[in-house]
Amino acid sequence: MAPRLRQLIPANSPERALVTPPGSASASASAAGGPAASVRGLTRRFGDRVVLDRLDLDIAPGEFVAMIGRSGSGKSTLLRALAGLDRGVTGTLAVPGQVAVAFQEPRLVPWKKVVSNVTLGLRVPDADSVARSALAEVGLAGRVSAWPLTLSGGEAQRASLARALVRQPSLLLLDEPFSALDALTRISMHRLVLRLWEHHKPAVLLVTHDVDEALALADRVLVLGDGRITHAAAIDVPRPRDRDHPAQVALRVRLLTELGVPGAATS
Amino acid sequence: MSASVMVTVDAGIGASPPAARGKPRGQRGQRRHGWLRLASPVAAVGLWQLLSSAGVLPASKLASPAAIVHTAYTLITTTNPTYGTLQNSLLVSAGRWAIGFSLGVVIAVLLAVVTGLSRAAEVAVDPIVQALRSIPLLGILPLFIVWFGIGELPKDLIVLLGALFPMYVNAFAGIRGVDSRLRELGQVLGLSRRELVTSIVLPGALPQVFAGLRLSVVSSLLALVVGEQINANAGLGNMIMQAESFLQNDIIMVALIVYAILGLLADWIVRVLERKALAWRRDFVS
Repeated sequence: MAPRLRQLIPANSPERALVTPPGSASASASAAGGPAASVRGLTRRFGDRVVLDRLDLDIAPGEFVAMIGRSGSGKSTLLRALAGLDRGVTGTLAVPGQVAVAFQEPRLVPWKKVVSNVTLGLRVPDADSVARSALAEVGLAGRVSAWPLTLSGGEAQRASLARALVRQPSLLLLDEPFSALDALTRISMHRLVLRLWEHHKPAVLLVTHDVDEALALADRVLVLGDGRITHAAAIDVPRPRDRDHPAQVALRVRLLTELGVPGAATS
Repeated sequence: MSASVMVTVDAGIGASPPAARGKPRGQRGQRRHGWLRLASPVAAVGLWQLLSSAGVLPASKLASPAAIVHTAYTLITTTNPTYGTLQNSLLVSAGRWAIGFSLGVVIAVLLAVVTGLSRAAEVAVDPIVQALRSIPLLGILPLFIVWFGIGELPKDLIVLLGALFPMYVNAFAGIRGVDSRLRELGQVLGLSRRELVTSIVLPGALPQVFAGLRLSVVSSLLALVVGEQINANAGLGNMIMQAESFLQNDIIMVALIVYAILGLLADWIVRVLERKALAWRRDFVS
């Protein structure tokens, strides 16, 4: 699939966002080892409310970034902008490679069997067998020709991950994809995501409101508040991570304080 | 009902291919259901015959089921000088209906796709359709005869209009009702506009399209009855007209029953298609 490069009008310009069609320059940009996503001065207003306020963000190739924030902090708005779904943002935003998204609700097309959901819009030779092996990779080999409405929540979310991964994204956007799952399913999904990430190495931006999820998965955790990144923390604890690792406990306290719930980290 | 839903969903998790596992269960359930649906009409006809035989319903007002069957047999086996045989009338009527209905449905869906996908087209076309929709077909027929004569054209057109409006309204609502999150997904997956229409919009509107189809079957048959009773020289409506002048209410009953059978048959076909096309819906299992 063709990589995308979005160049937006600077924040002070009255014009709306402009999207440039994919070109050969973008392919060389990602080949040159530049960031998987680069955001400068990104601003989004809904009426008088400023949801994103001159936000800067770089995501390195293969980096796993988690973004946490209270609801309404603009994290989903940022993700939608990176996915190219929000034309109302101003600033510059460059995503040189292929972007794939897994949404909070799996968004499987109910009238397409699981495998056809994965191949939807996929323009590679032998898309069907590519999709089948991706489904096998997420443990859905037996549900290839099932109707989406017969899948459990975890199965549907895994199908959604397979659909994102077959596009071989250089940037994978995860919009709270595990928030609707039960605790046990969520843990196995965390393991699956890590395994897939280690295998395919896309840059990942995970939007979540779950501090523990961010601590378990990410290389870097960002806290979003009032449309800006208010706190950033790198995590170098090796995976799989112990929840009670002293560094993790300390960071949990710090992040929760940043989110405005101090003292809530005692488990 | 919920019990059989559970059974079929469980069957879905098995290892056998989906076509092999769903069918026998579904068909058996469907047939049993089909027979059950016949019970109340059969009981109603039985009661009617009883009341006729007992003399509660006078034959001059309403013929008995037995008399109607006899009349139908006579109409099939003998050729009437004015309207021929029953099967001949049926063939003429069914032909008119098929032409008008299929054209009406196709035009309605095309119109709905255009107005459903474009606000500009909606503003331009929808008010006209809504205005035309509220004109009674019976009132428009004399004009059609003035414009198009007394041939087949005005009859086909009236059936076409009868099918068009319910289909258009439902298809339009169906297209507008497609989950916007799925349209957004199509955008993220890089679908072309054509792919978006064929993979997301039309299949998403299909449940509503089928609802429209079933309403269209009924209203186009109504239009057919209306259209055939004025200036027709063949068809079931003409048969009713002729019978009316000679007070042959048994013949009128036969024609009405044939209309009803035609409607039930068409509805049944739509339902079978619906079950096949909407197999993905959980509530269509069983």
